[in-house]
Amino acid sequence: MSCWQTIQDYGLRAVGIGERLLPKEDFTLCQQFTLIGSGMIWNIYFGVLALLAGFFFATALALGKGSRNIWLRKSSEWFIFLFRGSPLFVQFFFGYFLFLSLKQVFPIFTPFTAAWLGALVVLFLNTSAYTGEIFYGALRSIPKGDVESADAYGFSGWPRFKKIVWPTMLRLAWPAYTNEAIFLFHATALVFFSGFPAWQQRGDALYYANYFADKTFNPFVPYPILAGYFIVLTVVVISVFGLANRRLNRHLPQEARKKLKLKVNVIR
Amino acid sequence: MFSYCADPSTLSGLTWLSCYLTTGKHMAFYLSFGTVLLLLAITAPTALFFGYLGATAARSVVAPIRWIGKTYIAIVRGVPDIAFFLFFVIALDQAIEWSRHKILCPEWAESVRQGNDFVVCDAAKMPLGNAPQWIHETYGFFLAVFTFAIVFGAFAANVLFGAMRAVPRAQMETAEAYGMSRRQAFRRIMVPQMWVYALPGLGNLWMVLIKATPLLFLLGVEDIVYWAREMGGSKTTKFTDYPHGDWRMWYFLALLVFYLAFTRVSEIFLERTMTRLTKGQATTGGEAQRKAAA
Repeated sequence: MSCWQTIQDYGLRAVGIGERLLPKEDFTLCQQFTLIGSGMIWNIYFGVLALLAGFFFATALALGKGSRNIWLRKSSEWFIFLFRGSPLFVQFFFGYFLFLSLKQVFPIFTPFTAAWLGALVVLFLNTSAYTGEIFYGALRSIPKGDVESADAYGFSGWPRFKKIVWPTMLRLAWPAYTNEAIFLFHATALVFFSGFPAWQQRGDALYYANYFADKTFNPFVPYPILAGYFIVLTVVVISVFGLANRRLNRHLPQEARKKLKLKVNVIR
Repeated sequence: MFSYCADPSTLSGLTWLSCYLTTGKHMAFYLSFGTVLLLLAITAPTALFFGYLGATAARSVVAPIRWIGKTYIAIVRGVPDIAFFLFFVIALDQAIEWSRHKILCPEWAESVRQGNDFVVCDAAKMPLGNAPQWIHETYGFFLAVFTFAIVFGAFAANVLFGAMRAVPRAQMETAEAYGMSRRQAFRRIMVPQMWVYALPGLGNLWMVLIKATPLLFLLGVEDIVYWAREMGGSKTTKFTDYPHGDWRMWYFLALLVFYLAFTRVSEIFLERTMTRLTKGQATTGGEAQRKAAA
């Protein structure tokens, strides 16, 4: 079987298109590359959607935590503490079993017990909490002079937030937010190891890498392939966020612009 | 546990619950919290030690040692850690068995990798095939600890490397002026001072390490996640005296609360240590303390 044939058969296997049965023996390098690559579809799906939705919720959380209203502040603080203080792995398990129990009472929760929605919700809440904390920190370090000048120019309320506070907050938070995005993509690898079943063996990249390692008793091929894919994904994320960073900083003098500096990647 | 628990079917309400929560299996569940704490207690110092070695290697004047140190630090970036966990456990196990195989069975002619199998001679099996169950479990646990230490050692190395560079250059220059050798200056001046710069990073790492402990479950250790899944599943009267529905949600809720409490306590403890360490340091924190006292 040629490699091209394998790509046709398994290239979209992770979303259920192509050959039904996974390869059982005589695993070729091509098969491992194709299937693990096809699993990356799920990692990208979870990462991109959770990040997009989380961005807006995180802004709300940051404003809530900085708000003078005690109810808003306390609830945002507790939400952020809840999701930052406990392991994502346990959150996944809890979310899955919570949705299972809810399903018994309200049938509307049936799709939530599948990974594509349930895990997405957990990831969304988790990244919102982490990003919310980052944005809150940035919100507090907005230079006092910027806000005072805005007041002097007669800005207030929504226009002041939209034109002055929010862009500055994003600009200050951006390097940390880039790290958070990378974490999030790495965290998507946990999904299929944490209760959420891989329906019809449609899993993410780590699911397939683990499948090959189990079948061949040889971890030295599938995991480095997986690592390679993730490094490429990380580089893509960094360059996309770098573009946004350039745009956010475009009004600053050249040397005052902050370069994106990446810190260690750690699990949550 | 209690005397009134002799016939569970007659119990109800709180008495039932008190009996249910003290069954032998629950005791095993509570013990598994000890497993997590034990893992933390062993991993944290080991990882710190690995980190110290890595950071020292990355600063070495000998180029190959420096490369090893820098590669070790860099290798964990860019790849999900869970992939490392899954990889290292098998890789370590196979490396140990392979080297024992080479030493113990030199006459074995066939290749170790036969198609999809990894075959070593019986004497090289780790642990031996006839070993009791607890040896298998302990071996698995220590493989897991070692894996954690390798991965977190790399993070710690990165933090310590940064902290060593944060110690003011003038301090080292003064040490040189006093005639200390490179090694003496490193041991007497840099190492004692670097901790205050390293503590925020190490504290973060500790939090992350706490939150990484449920991954033990993936490494095949019977930890709290394993037990929570076991005990929470619905039970009929056939298998237990305490039948119940699917309670896994509540068990995982208990785990969430455990982790939240643990992180909160650590946070408070780290804050206190930081205040103590900043005392008298030439940093903004130390300056603020001095002003507050005056």
